[in-house]
Amino acid sequence: MQQPLGEQIRVRLEQDAPVFAEKKGFREAWRQIKRDRFLYALAALPLLYFVVFRYLPMVGLIIAFQDYDPFLGIGAMFSLDNFVGFKHFTNFFDSIFFWNIVRNTVLISFYKLLFGFPLPIILALLINEVRITVFQRTVQTISYLPHFFSMVVAAGIVRAMLTPQGGLLNQAIVAFGGEAQAFLTDPNLFRSILVTMDIWQQAGWNSIIFLAAMATINPEMYEAAAMDGANRFQRMWYVTLPSISFAIVIILIFRIGGMLDAGFEQILLLYSPSVYSVSDIIDTYVYRAGLIGRQYSFGAAVGLFKSVLALILMYMANKVAQYLGQEGLW
Amino acid sequence: MKLSRGEKLFDWINIFVLAILTLFFLIPFLSVVSTSLVSGREYALRGLFILYPYRPVLSSYDMLLGQGSIVVNAYIVTSARVVVGTGLGLAFTFPLAYVLSKRRLYGRVPITMFIFFTMLFHGGLIPNFVLVEKIRLLDSFWAMIWPVLINPWWLLIMRNFMLAIPEELEEAAIMDGASPLVVLLRVYLPLSMPVIATIGLWYAVFHWNQWFDAAIYINDPKKLPLQLILRGILEYGTGQYSDYSGLAEMTELTDPPPAESLKAAMIVITTLPILMIYPFIQRYFVRGIMLGSIKG
Repeated sequence: MQQPLGEQIRVRLEQDAPVFAEKKGFREAWRQIKRDRFLYALAALPLLYFVVFRYLPMVGLIIAFQDYDPFLGIGAMFSLDNFVGFKHFTNFFDSIFFWNIVRNTVLISFYKLLFGFPLPIILALLINEVRITVFQRTVQTISYLPHFFSMVVAAGIVRAMLTPQGGLLNQAIVAFGGEAQAFLTDPNLFRSILVTMDIWQQAGWNSIIFLAAMATINPEMYEAAAMDGANRFQRMWYVTLPSISFAIVIILIFRIGGMLDAGFEQILLLYSPSVYSVSDIIDTYVYRAGLIGRQYSFGAAVGLFKSVLALILMYMANKVAQYLGQEGLW
Repeated sequence: MKLSRGEKLFDWINIFVLAILTLFFLIPFLSVVSTSLVSGREYALRGLFILYPYRPVLSSYDMLLGQGSIVVNAYIVTSARVVVGTGLGLAFTFPLAYVLSKRRLYGRVPITMFIFFTMLFHGGLIPNFVLVEKIRLLDSFWAMIWPVLINPWWLLIMRNFMLAIPEELEEAAIMDGASPLVVLLRVYLPLSMPVIATIGLWYAVFHWNQWFDAAIYINDPKKLPLQLILRGILEYGTGQYSDYSGLAEMTELTDPPPAESLKAAMIVITTLPILMIYPFIQRYFVRGIMLGSIKG
């Protein structure tokens, strides 16, 4: 595995390239299609899934430019009378919620990145240095576990830890002479809880990719460093870390590209009106205002705003990755 | 190799730090397990405990899993979802992955792009909801299956695996008079078993853990999966399900468990299958990362 990371991250589309060379006009194309009719028949139903459940909702985004009424038929979705242009978008941009939810989305993502991104790297560095295999395996097994809990279970565990009715943390505080706190309704603490939970659930799992990158480092590098008198810490610092720096940069770039996903399910399961001011993100706002409040058109507009921005961010992340010599996602 | 003092110190500090981190990952779950075993009597005496109950009891589990309980019903719903979702998911993913792995296929690049684009851009919550409403899937079991039938990322991983199967195998089989269907089922299916097992397990875990779609598409408590019953109990207690026998018997118990124990037991019940197959999960998911995915 000499170029492991590129292989790991990329979906290898360039392997498809030779097909273009086969183009020899319509008749030849038709001959090939007829020859492979079995394959097209196989692909038809699965592709229909993509048309119906992935592309139809994109078509459905036109309701963002309408005053859509759920009680009218599908015809109303394509009738010109209902179009209102960018009304819902301007309403959203002018609303008192706009800056708050954009700020919350970016801030929560930023904090998760700031505190949650370095820890898997440190964890991988430490795990990589363990010489006792059983201990190494145990640490890995336990640290991956929370990743496989559903978000409802994970949020339930966090609630159980934090509840003022005898939660572990409050018991510890009381035991040391403090007073029990209602952590989850405190706006000063809520984002820290989100970040800590995210680290608890994902840090172990996220360390795998760095461990994989470390496994490809040539052992001779360590031997050479040891010959030159580098101690364990120096070998870690001057050999291991630089060897995975490329992986670190690429993963960081794509994390930034996905920044608008600040953790919808997590927040939805933990927040409450008393912490909306610090935790309401674009996704939760779409859910409450659009779906629960039945303002479908407005919700679709806000959702479209986010999807477009997310697409642009991902596109830029990919460009940067390509610029750095990685082949990127596409 | 003889270790210097400094090296030994390094090892010990490393092990110490990792042990602390491991406890940070483990203790929240362990404390939930022990809370689930606390009886009402012990709760009255001691409050909820930090690490272990003196006299663990299973009354919370008895109550939640009683005859005709909504929890048992939800277990059946979720199991059905896992079986149907995984089976249909593979039945749709495998053929398409096979087709896309054929280098000679005319139009392969546009079709792949067509699929890839859905990973970068999607309609979002509201249009998806409107679609499910319009095709009359609301409050139906199938609302948890069809909209998430194929995961495009996993499809492309499966395709990458199949790209590595030599094409000569197909040519040889056709020379021997095999039809395209026989080639698919007798040559490619057995060779693809490792990736099918891996991705099948991913679908299974996904369907077991998925909850948000059911939260917006399904109202009938009898059709709700386990994750949503858990959510209901966590946020509003068991009282809301008192119409369903099994849970209603709480008042007849001589020593009813405290509310926090019930919640904890429900968390454990929901996670138990994941824990039981965790050794497989760990192996197959780590392999999956090597196969080319990063779960964000």
